[in-house]
Amino acid sequence: MALTEIQDQIIEEFSAFEDWMDRYNYLIELGHDLPAIDPKFKTDEYLINGCQSKVWLHADFENGKMYFTADSDAIIVKGIVALLIRVMNKQEASEIMNADLYFIDKIGLKENLSPTRSNGLVSMVKKMKMYSLAYYAKHKD
Amino acid sequence: MPMIPDKPTVSIDIDLIRRNFPVLQTQVHGKPLVYLDNGATTQKPRVVIDKLNELYESKNSSIHRGVHFLSEQMTGEYEHARETVRNFINARNTNEIVFTSGATGSINTVAFSFGEKYVKEGDEIIVSEMEHHSNIVPWQMLCARKKAKLKVIPFDENGELIQNEYKLLFNDKTRLVAITQVSNSLGTVNPVKEMIRFAHDHHVPVLIDGAQAVQHSSVDVQDLDCDFYVFSGHKVFGPTGIGVLYGKEIMLDALPPYQGGGDMVDCVKFEKTTYNELPFKFEAGTMNYTGAIGLGTALEYIGSIGFDAITQHEKSLCAYTHNKLKEIEGLDIYGNAKEKISIFSFLIQGLHPLDTGMILDKMGIALRTGTHCTQPVMDHFQITGTIRASMAFYNSFGDADRLIEGLKKAVSMLK
Repeated sequence: MALTEIQDQIIEEFSAFEDWMDRYNYLIELGHDLPAIDPKFKTDEYLINGCQSKVWLHADFENGKMYFTADSDAIIVKGIVALLIRVMNKQEASEIMNADLYFIDKIGLKENLSPTRSNGLVSMVKKMKMYSLAYYAKHKD
Repeated sequence: MPMIPDKPTVSIDIDLIRRNFPVLQTQVHGKPLVYLDNGATTQKPRVVIDKLNELYESKNSSIHRGVHFLSEQMTGEYEHARETVRNFINARNTNEIVFTSGATGSINTVAFSFGEKYVKEGDEIIVSEMEHHSNIVPWQMLCARKKAKLKVIPFDENGELIQNEYKLLFNDKTRLVAITQVSNSLGTVNPVKEMIRFAHDHHVPVLIDGAQAVQHSSVDVQDLDCDFYVFSGHKVFGPTGIGVLYGKEIMLDALPPYQGGGDMVDCVKFEKTTYNELPFKFEAGTMNYTGAIGLGTALEYIGSIGFDAITQHEKSLCAYTHNKLKEIEGLDIYGNAKEKISIFSFLIQGLHPLDTGMILDKMGIALRTGTHCTQPVMDHFQITGTIRASMAFYNSFGDADRLIEGLKKAVSMLK
């Protein structure tokens, strides 16, 4: 599924929620369901330190597509991580590099991706794009 | 902790006071705001907001320079604010009151000017383990500049400074002690008067960071006998961007200026410039005169309520909140000093502070999560951060109840 289609799907899902606690409960659920990152990647090397919460991110590349696994010590943040992975996983590296992640704003989580929130998510998105750029540059020929 | 009353005794009319603060009437995410982030900044009473409007609408003019009516009027108000601050902390005279950009600006001023004059290679500055970063980093910068050393007073498991350790830090290289009166992350009220006396016995001057103290109880700099005292306007119900540096006149007089510019000079020639007298020597450039006047208005407002009433209300609110927090299973409070104000840093086992803060936010409850600019305090407890609820005199017992309700909700969602 295309990156935009997945985003639209998420927006659709969130439109069903009437209040914030429902949205957070869903994010908590997504956080719990996020496939675990391989423990060998849960090290400082893969840590994106957000001051308030931590995010670990690992990226793989196969046949032009990106594969991400991640974790966070804060469960709501982990739920947002799960959404980002759902959108970006198995996408072409070139798609991710230029991705416009409009769904974050549409589902009301914009402030969580503001540079001042310091939860690691802004850096996570940056890292996902950088990994994609690096793999793309390496394999474009 | 003091004995906890079963029923709160209200000493001042909180409902009436709350009506003085427009922000407290607002809603956040559709819920009446519960503002418990007073350690970060306090809300402004109507009189302060009105004063700022009045200044900009009908009185605005640069101070200390003009020959015209508006300038003289504004200068008069600015100097009146200085007198209000003097009275608020009971300084001897207004030469001892310097307006700055905030407590941080005040500390940086002293770190530079005092450092230039008195600190040389191998000298030592004493701070404490519970200082806000603003009372650590300027001294580290001074130490780097002068090849001096920073010595640190540790605190114990209750969050009280270990006085014996403090005394052991003194030697003939000690040049200054810089400590906070009230900890912004632990709520501890330090015995600064005794600590100042000890330092003075060793002929060492003391700077007190009063940023978290002046909004909770009355301060008398002459009684404390501190050499410098600093605080921020925005944490004491005044405007942001204004702060105070108090210094004993003899001390300030001896120090070189921090920044150069307009108003701080006496006579400028390319060969040599002479500086203005106190307090103007430390007020370079066009000052934040509206901020200073707004701060004066805020201090007058506090005076109209009185610290007897404020302290009494906060004490019972502190005890009540402490009691209620302890009812939550797995909740650990960091900072259990015998003398403390209504700042609560805590963690709930199994809950990440950021998750908790995010849920409370959507319930209309504003508090802070993280390290609160005191990373060494977090390192002491080997934690990465806490949830902090910090109260002011306009907080009600109802606010405490809403906090508890919010925390219980967070527990039910996150556990």
